[in-house]
Amino acid sequence: MSTKKSPSVISKLLRFLGRYRLFLAVSLLLSAITVALQLLIPVLYGKCIDYAAGKGKVDFDSLQDTIFYILIFLAVCGVGTWVMGLVNNRLTYGIVKNIREKAIRKLQLLPLSYLDKKGVGDIVSRIIADTDQLSDGLLLGFTQLFSGVVTIVLTLVIMLWMNPWITLMVVVLTPISFFVSKFIATGTYKMFKLQSEIRGEQTAIVEEMVGGAGIVHAFGYEKRACERFVENNERLQAASEKAVFYSSLTNPSTRAVNGVIYACVALMGAYMILNGKLSVGGISLLLAYANQYMKPFTDISGVITELQNALSCAGRVFDLLEETEQSAEKESGLHNVDGRYDIEHVAFSYVKEKPLIEDFNLHIKEGTHVAIVGPTGCGKTTLINLLMRFYDVDEGAIYIDGTSIYDVSRRSLRSNFGMVLQETWIKNATVRENIAFGKPDAGTEEIIRAAKEAHSYGFIRRLPNGLDTVIDDSSLSQGQKQLLCISRVMLTLPPVLILDEATSSIDTRTEIKIQSAFEKMMAGRTTFIVAHRLSTIRSADVILVMKDGHIVEQGSHADLLEKGGLYATLYHSQFVKTGED
Amino acid sequence: MKQLLRFLKPYTKESILAPAFKLVEALLDLIVPLVISDIIKVGIKNGDKQYIIVRFVFLIVLAIVGLAFSITAQFFAARASVGFASSLRKNLFEHIQNLSFEKLDKIGTETLITRITSDVAQLQNGVNMVLRLLLRSPFIVFGAMIMAFTINVRAALIFVVSIPVLAAVVSAIMWITIPLYKKVQGHLDGVLLTTRENLTGVRVIRAFCKEEEEVKEFDAKNNAYTKMNLFVGRISALLNPATYILINLATCVLFMQAGNSIHTGSMEQGDLVALYNYMAQMIVELVKLASLIITINKALACGTRVSAVLKEEPGMSYPELSSKEETESDIAVRFSHVNFAYADAKEDALEDLDFTIRTGDTVGIIGGTGSGKTTLVNLIPRFYDATSGEIEVFGRNVKDYAKGELIEKIGIVPQKAVLFAGTIRDNLKWGNENATEEELRKALEISQSLEIVEKKEGKLDEIVEQGGKNFSGGQKQRLSIARALVKDPKILILDDSSSALDYATDLNLRRALKSLDGKMTTFIVSQRTSSIRSADLILVMDDGKIIGSGTHEELLESCEVYKEIHESQTSDEGESA
Repeated sequence: MSTKKSPSVISKLLRFLGRYRLFLAVSLLLSAITVALQLLIPVLYGKCIDYAAGKGKVDFDSLQDTIFYILIFLAVCGVGTWVMGLVNNRLTYGIVKNIREKAIRKLQLLPLSYLDKKGVGDIVSRIIADTDQLSDGLLLGFTQLFSGVVTIVLTLVIMLWMNPWITLMVVVLTPISFFVSKFIATGTYKMFKLQSEIRGEQTAIVEEMVGGAGIVHAFGYEKRACERFVENNERLQAASEKAVFYSSLTNPSTRAVNGVIYACVALMGAYMILNGKLSVGGISLLLAYANQYMKPFTDISGVITELQNALSCAGRVFDLLEETEQSAEKESGLHNVDGRYDIEHVAFSYVKEKPLIEDFNLHIKEGTHVAIVGPTGCGKTTLINLLMRFYDVDEGAIYIDGTSIYDVSRRSLRSNFGMVLQETWIKNATVRENIAFGKPDAGTEEIIRAAKEAHSYGFIRRLPNGLDTVIDDSSLSQGQKQLLCISRVMLTLPPVLILDEATSSIDTRTEIKIQSAFEKMMAGRTTFIVAHRLSTIRSADVILVMKDGHIVEQGSHADLLEKGGLYATLYHSQFVKTGED
Repeated sequence: MKQLLRFLKPYTKESILAPAFKLVEALLDLIVPLVISDIIKVGIKNGDKQYIIVRFVFLIVLAIVGLAFSITAQFFAARASVGFASSLRKNLFEHIQNLSFEKLDKIGTETLITRITSDVAQLQNGVNMVLRLLLRSPFIVFGAMIMAFTINVRAALIFVVSIPVLAAVVSAIMWITIPLYKKVQGHLDGVLLTTRENLTGVRVIRAFCKEEEEVKEFDAKNNAYTKMNLFVGRISALLNPATYILINLATCVLFMQAGNSIHTGSMEQGDLVALYNYMAQMIVELVKLASLIITINKALACGTRVSAVLKEEPGMSYPELSSKEETESDIAVRFSHVNFAYADAKEDALEDLDFTIRTGDTVGIIGGTGSGKTTLVNLIPRFYDATSGEIEVFGRNVKDYAKGELIEKIGIVPQKAVLFAGTIRDNLKWGNENATEEELRKALEISQSLEIVEKKEGKLDEIVEQGGKNFSGGQKQRLSIARALVKDPKILILDDSSSALDYATDLNLRRALKSLDGKMTTFIVSQRTSSIRSADLILVMDDGKIIGSGTHEELLESCEVYKEIHESQTSDEGESA
């Protein structure tokens, strides 16, 4: 997959680099310069050795001159490496920052169908982990690859210039070390695969048995859990031992091969010196090179695997950035609607093959209360998705006050809605910020009033810092979170309300109070309300009964009871008493 | 940390042998420059080709012997580190299984999972690296210095000066950057959190038209993160050039010094080559040491976290053996003046609970969110110990039951239904390993889940994915009721376990439970009066206290709160009867 995609991903990346292309160029240039200097300095040391040939035969002038050059090279090389480090930092962190900025903006424009389909984990890992991989793996990998290649080429050139025969021998012998490490790598691959399979099983066991500790205790399952774990753990130990041991053979083996090459260079070099074809400084240099000649090769093979991985990560990042956005925003706005609804011949489905809502019609006056009921999983939230334009209908149209919701901007449409969803969402921020989410300039008094009306002020007051307590999703109970979400809407009070099982996690006593607040809030406002509790929606003007995504019944409470359909069944089952009486 | 070392104890032999073999290998490494210097000083100088060949063979032997030692060292290191991690994991897992609910609440299960998986893996890596490298690198560094002394004392002094300077520079840079990297991680967590929030709250954000503000907030965190990264990067970018320049300055000084020595004849050219080689070896090992220290640091942090978990006391003690013989008792559960407070909580969650439940009765518990319903039922199987007062089950104090003995009698269906990976059968058998097909079927029937199983292709052997992902909330709830029933418990606790069921199923479930023979005592926690109205006794909870008890009819008369709850759920009087 990556091979096919790579050219396009790379060209996309280059285009994306923009002004950072200059940084990349500077980084590459500096890397070439520093690599060259790092290779030349040993050459000068070799000369120094030759200048100190023996007792009374030391050429101090040349020695001092050479050391002077070394110092200059050293200074340039040191500064160059440092600057290169800074440039690389700018390059990688800058790119990461840019991509993340683009991604978060993109998120706001992506249709919910995409976000729902992909899931939170997938998208987060694209924005966080994959982006890091892209910068670390791809950009740094690329500069490492480049400097590796430069090192190899320059080393070869200098060695050839020093002595072609020894160079030839080194070039012929080095592949041995590759074969050795390749051999080990293929051998260990299977062991690693086995290890990660067993480890996967273990993680699953741990997640279940520790995550579900309550049930484990309740069923006295501890012993059996431990038995299962120990069995798996023993297998893991056996597999890991092999994998860890065999993989740790690579370094000693390549070192040993290197040692042999080193010895060969020493032997050949010594003979050459005896024949007057090489100096002592020369052999010292060749030995130093022979020692480090292997390094860029092993580096490069590591970098190439990393690059392949990074390329697929980059592909995932670009996929996100290039995903089709929701249709462009309309210019015109829709403000302070009355809440008259005309839903005409609406058809909708998440998957083409499975039609959900077909030919749905509803005409209601402003201030109508519409209740949506049905068994679990009947698709009640689908309607909300359509009303809020989280999803667009496939056919038909929805009109508010006679204006199609597709002819106005989503923002203005949504600003008319107050929504309380089944899944509560709490921002990691203060209670104040959470309540004033839709009205950031709200004053303390206003916030407290809304909180009181939604009956959340009781527990807020008891929090350590009251309104200014920083909360997150886990610091409140489900019921408290729900109250907070209601307070949020209570503060803004838009003309149309959408309540999705808003009270399902709140105890009945609080619910009574909330209902009175709701009634106040709902008075004169068009309201769509989804709930399990039939009693809470009995007072609705229109009831939509849904089953399996379809709207099967529609009408008032009395009408539907008389009809004796699904609604009647659902309704009666609530009040039939267990037992005979 | 010491606590963790005991897991390495069975591998004492390996833990000593691994570094020992490594040291021999390092010693061989240190000999190589001397051999080269001999070739130059003796072989080349005298033109002795045989001498050179002998030395060449010696170098090859060094390489091969080095390999053998090194492989042996790796073997012992692998065995010791993997064995260590393995027995640590086993102990940790068993320890966690013994932790009480209170401790589990305190530490948090997510944390425990990380400790046992990734932290232990990091520790294994750390131990492995320490055994292999921690001694080797300093050995080579100091070995090179000592070797330098054997060659030339004045030149060796350059080593003596440069080693501490290099070590100081490397550790200073690391000392500054390591805590800063922790800060970077903190900033990254901020970016991650905002990204997550943007996705989990996408509907709310869009409903409130807050997209722009969220982007602004993200930008602020993203900028802070980038800034911090650049700042740390600037400092750590110094490490490579600084060490490179220092080591080369030392080399230059060495050459100047050697020039004088060679000129006066107190040193030979071959010695200079050897010294130069030692310099090179030294810097390679210093760099390795620096990265090793980072690995060790990480492993140490993991080690501290893991041993903190191991240090937690199980939190509950049990008598060794059951104190009394099994007695049939008419009283299933008795609470006498029970108070309970969660650890670290300021206020009591339960206050002065005092009631008696007869064997075979059905008890309804109703009340608001946070009124203490779940806490109450959690005390019956002794998930938590009461702060004061006594709880008796079948005439015996819950604290007098041996471990596992009490839980055997009680079937619990928790609020949140959890199924485990395996088959449906595996899950049901949690209740009773030896349950017959007949018993499983009966449990399924009562729990209204027979139709779920029948509809599945594999019937009882249908695969349940991890977390029961392939079942709906209602299905999971019904199956977890079945699981509790397989146990054939004397006491059944349904903790709001029908919340995901529709009314009709809920009703059928209650009817089926009612039809069982009268021996099972059932507790039903609910927010709906319809679920508990036919109970023999209803306890009405409010703010940790029982504010009413009696039958449905009695409570309608005597308990204002109960009446209120009931009326709110059946506001239309005409149809409620």
